Amino acid sequence: MKPCFSIALRRFCSQRTVPQVCVVGAGPAGFYAAMHLSKNLRPVKIDFIEKLPVPFGLIRYGVAPDHPEVKNCINQFTKLANQENISFYGNITLGKDISLDNLRQHYDAVLLTYGAEEDKTLGIPNEDAQNIIAARNFVGWYNGHPRDKDLKVDLSGRTGTIIGQGNVALDVARILMTPIDILKKTDITEFALQAISESKIKELYLIGRRGPLQVAFTIKELREQLKLPNCLTIWRKQDFEGVAEAVVNLQRPRKRLTELMLKSMDNECSQPGSYEKYFRPIFFRSPHKFLVHNDKVSGIELTCNKLFGDNIENQRCITTENKETIDCGLVFRSIGYKSIKADNGLSFGSSGSVVNENGRVLDNKGREFGQLYVAGWLGTGPVGVIIHTMGNAFQVAINICHDLKNCESSKDGFKGLKNSLKNVNSPVVTWQGWEKINRFEIELGKKLGKPREKLTCISKMLEVAGE
Amino acid sequence: MFRHLLRTIATSKVVSTNGKLLSLGNYRSIVPLSTTRPHLQEDKIKVTFVMPDGRSLEADGKVGDTLLDVVVNNDLDIDGYGACEGTVTCSTCHVVLKQEDYDKLPDDACDEERDMLDLAYGLTDTSRLGCQITLTKDLDGLVVKVPAGTYDARS
Repeated sequence: MKPCFSIALRRFCSQRTVPQVCVVGAGPAGFYAAMHLSKNLRPVKIDFIEKLPVPFGLIRYGVAPDHPEVKNCINQFTKLANQENISFYGNITLGKDISLDNLRQHYDAVLLTYGAEEDKTLGIPNEDAQNIIAARNFVGWYNGHPRDKDLKVDLSGRTGTIIGQGNVALDVARILMTPIDILKKTDITEFALQAISESKIKELYLIGRRGPLQVAFTIKELREQLKLPNCLTIWRKQDFEGVAEAVVNLQRPRKRLTELMLKSMDNECSQPGSYEKYFRPIFFRSPHKFLVHNDKVSGIELTCNKLFGDNIENQRCITTENKETIDCGLVFRSIGYKSIKADNGLSFGSSGSVVNENGRVLDNKGREFGQLYVAGWLGTGPVGVIIHTMGNAFQVAINICHDLKNCESSKDGFKGLKNSLKNVNSPVVTWQGWEKINRFEIELGKKLGKPREKLTCISKMLEVAGE
Repeated sequence: MFRHLLRTIATSKVVSTNGKLLSLGNYRSIVPLSTTRPHLQEDKIKVTFVMPDGRSLEADGKVGDTLLDVVVNNDLDIDGYGACEGTVTCSTCHVVLKQEDYDKLPDDACDEERDMLDLAYGLTDTSRLGCQITLTKDLDGLVVKVPAGTYDARS
């Protein structure tokens, strides 16, 4: 064999043996997994496939606009995306433009991290009345998600109700109760800012099925809510029966959270004065039906609940005969997210996540698919904050590294996948395209005195990316 | 003290015309000239991060820097450390200290830091966020544990 030919062959071979990994969904789970893979599998080629033309998923569209610090992880993600072995292909939807089989054909490993984008519904009468809004859509609306840009929300009433007591519920409450002068310095969308500046909402209820010891929100979000200027939080004393006594036996996180609620309840009495807005958490109530006037929500009938079970943090609730009615012209439903089945080949468990074992996806007979993985909310269910998603993504990435350690790749990655794309006329947005959108948005924001004004129209995004 | 003096002499320094101390080859270490004990500002101490798998990562940290600065400036291999870049809005820089080191820290954790620690994996009574620990001379030889980041805090 001639030396030059042997070198060429070696080069050819070494190129062929680079494992090809495809990550579906460019949110935090995908980025953290890719971060670990890129560091620990050398060499590796990682391609992100993203439905939207822009990256970062819930960091961009979920994190509240008044929490810019939380979005700093974007800097780490951007550093990763600029590596030569990482590519971003936006505006490609799994299940529409490309099938799971296509992906598996062209990649040694496919990691699904497309999250949980749908909201859960209550399944009670009149849920389709006007001004009953999925918190998911409201968040998408103020954060500029293209899907939610045309959301109709009527903020002209005095009272609103949020069903659910997680962090999304508190985000919604805080955005509606924060002074507009603070909001206008954030990257909240201009149309949401305009609507909220005209909001007449003075009173917000926050309804939970269970008690103060079972709330799902975390202490940081509650503390922020309690610190809002001109807003008084009013708890119901009867909801806290026995709570002070239970505090001593709680683990530190739950203990501090509960103590903060108790402290706030004590302060409430010692803080007379006039407030512009009132925040009213209510416990032990389940929505029974919505009341409607002229097709629009006018109130909620609630069922009173009782708790049973020994483990205080995992107590279950049973309904009683008692009812309570709240008059309100606006309702947010914030009882959790669920994932969509992007491809018929995937099996979903009862928790609404893709069935998997340590991130390795299982088929409907409980066998491993092989080379198919899941991380983040799609695999764990929609719970936890970024650090939990990060921990899970690293764990799954460790397993992928293990499985691909001796991988002799014969896959052609995006080069091959490109030819399988169903809609050849739909442009693919690369990282360079995103950077153009990014610069464009920052420029738009500058004119408005904001860090960024997001593009909310996909066709405009594609136009800017393609310039 | 003598050792310390030697170290100070050994570190090459330039005093620039505008009265600032410059350490050669390190732009980040520009510090204002202190009239009392300027050499202190340039002091470095040794810090060790013990990883969940038992690996030890050793690094020099400048007095006045935070533990997060040490990780960033030395490019230490700790996955995901410091996601929010020191703004006390995540808990990815969580470390566990020895009781005696914990007691040496001049300030207790504030409410906001504790709020974030409450979300961390493997929370202990001597847990702190690395971004809130400022290095002082008497922390020389500090050993901190980086807890495992497994997904076990879901419930």
